Amino acid sequence: MRGHIQIWFFSGILLLTYGVLIFATGLWELGHPPAQEAVLWQLHAPIWWGGMMTAAGLFYTVRFRPL
Amino acid sequence: MSLALVPAAALGAFFQAPMKQSLVHLSGVDIAVIAIYFGMVIYIGFYLKGAANTSEEFFMAGREMTAWIAGLSFVSANLGSLELMGWAGSAYQYGILATHWYWIGAIPAMLFLGIIMMPFYYISKVNSVPGYLALRYGESTRGLSAVCFAFMTVLMSGINMYAMAVVMKVVLGWNLSFSIWVSSITVAIYVALGGLRSAIFNEVLQFLLIWLGALLIPILGLIEAGGWTNLKAQIAARMGSNDYTHLWSTTAHFRDNPMGIHWTGLVFGLGLVISFGYWTTDFLVVQRVLSAHNLRAARMAPIIGAGFKMMVPFIVILPGLLALSVLPMHLVPANVAAVTGQPSYNEVLPLMLVRYCGPGLLGLGVTALIAGFMSGMAGNVSAFATVWTYDIYGAFLNKKASDSHYVSMGRWCTFIGVLISVGTAYLVQHAASIMDYVQALFSFFIAPLFGTVILGMLWKRATKSGGFWGLLAGTVTAIGLWLWVHFNPAALRYVALSPDAKVMAEDMYRALWSWLVCVIVTVVVSLATQPRPEAELAGLVYGATRLPEEHDDHWYQKPIVWASMIAVIFVVLNVIFW
Repeated sequence: MRGHIQIWFFSGILLLTYGVLIFATGLWELGHPPAQEAVLWQLHAPIWWGGMMTAAGLFYTVRFRPL
Repeated sequence: MSLALVPAAALGAFFQAPMKQSLVHLSGVDIAVIAIYFGMVIYIGFYLKGAANTSEEFFMAGREMTAWIAGLSFVSANLGSLELMGWAGSAYQYGILATHWYWIGAIPAMLFLGIIMMPFYYISKVNSVPGYLALRYGESTRGLSAVCFAFMTVLMSGINMYAMAVVMKVVLGWNLSFSIWVSSITVAIYVALGGLRSAIFNEVLQFLLIWLGALLIPILGLIEAGGWTNLKAQIAARMGSNDYTHLWSTTAHFRDNPMGIHWTGLVFGLGLVISFGYWTTDFLVVQRVLSAHNLRAARMAPIIGAGFKMMVPFIVILPGLLALSVLPMHLVPANVAAVTGQPSYNEVLPLMLVRYCGPGLLGLGVTALIAGFMSGMAGNVSAFATVWTYDIYGAFLNKKASDSHYVSMGRWCTFIGVLISVGTAYLVQHAASIMDYVQALFSFFIAPLFGTVILGMLWKRATKSGGFWGLLAGTVTAIGLWLWVHFNPAALRYVALSPDAKVMAEDMYRALWSWLVCVIVTVVVSLATQPRPEAELAGLVYGATRLPEEHDDHWYQKPIVWASMIAVIFVVLNVIFW
């Protein structure tokens, strides 16, 4: 499978996509708090969890990009 | 543990779940997260189609996987969502004792596979566990093992599929047929196109998703509870007992713990027989390791898998324990929930997910559940296609077909296996008790098979007749003990050695007795029959095989070093939570 896309690249793309989606949702919720807030909503988990996923996704996407 | 090792009592509870209003309402972002996942797994199947042209590529992923990929796939194929939700529910019901199924019920066996058994599987270049049995004991033992495995695997896949549909119905309100067909068609497409490589790639993705989707629950839960020490105090106050947070100190007697279990059952039944039987001989998981690109990677894969397996209680057991403290409502057994409409134990994980996760994160959590189900299903289907093609069709029905014919057979088998699974799913829908029987049938075979394989690998004197009759006697013993307790529940006191034993103890002692019978019969028959010449056992048996030397650049690269580290952490964790 030399020269083919590695699983880590697929993982990176998925992490990056999900990270951006969740991070953006978290930011949007800052201005539009949901009617029913989750417990510990004030910790803004989507922002830091989505942010970490975005960073990890970026790293894996770039590091294992097909050459 | 896979569906195969989820106790029938716990599994059966899923099928009694009340069909009430769904727990979760998904937003547009959540649906986008789920849709992206489905798009990605199907794309991977199409992408890898070109790399699955020969039988070695289709069934064994070309034996090109690194230790990390094989290791993650090894543990992911076993990490189904039914298991995640079932054991989270068991943690709520029985406390931290449920952790035994992840630690003593997995870690020693996985390390043993990597250090002791893997060299024999790998250097004999077999394609399956029945394939090893053919070389060691002959075609009759291979046939018995392959037919049982293929039949049970595809039925288990159907049960897994139906269980997923029920969970999706309860959690999301989805139609049963919609869930069954969408998930099965997706799995069929990506496995039939890309073979084992596609299944493995997706299992790695699924493993990642399971962690990403589930990890927030224990993190936020511990913040809410105020840390582990506070959590223990809150559980003790709420349950009126300290028994829920101790692993071993309450197992001196069946009466002293919520599970009704004794430490001998845990150590010898679960830790020695059931666990070793599943992790070292169930082809569903062993197939992943056989895809490794060299012997060192094949030995490291189960060790890496053991490291990750040891962490799984953090996302499964801890949420169950947290629920004991933070959930305002009291959960009940599924049969009670069906009558009263209260949430059942099995809804712990979705309830905790809803508690902490808003839009986006909720979709990620639900995707994790779907990913777990699909990884288990793909594991079953790919293992079924391999055993059918190599060990039944190729060994008995059509020995001289071309390689491309076998690949074609593998692709068709994948679809046929999925169709049989769908049929089983609908069958179970109308007769849920079938699930209990299939579950029990699968367990009958695991423990004796371990006896047969381990004697075959470690004892040169074991003969073909010994292997066959030992396997048969052990299996018949397991069936007999199960029937005895099934028709006369009072017999449990004899099978599990105590009138205070509960149903969880039965599985462990039944496995122990059937394994012992298998070993004794194999030894006695072997001693009474003609041994095989030692030259024929090269590459198959310890003492008759020269293991290839492994040249690691540094001492810390040796599998034994990593296995020892995992073993030390395993012991320390058991002492900490004693």
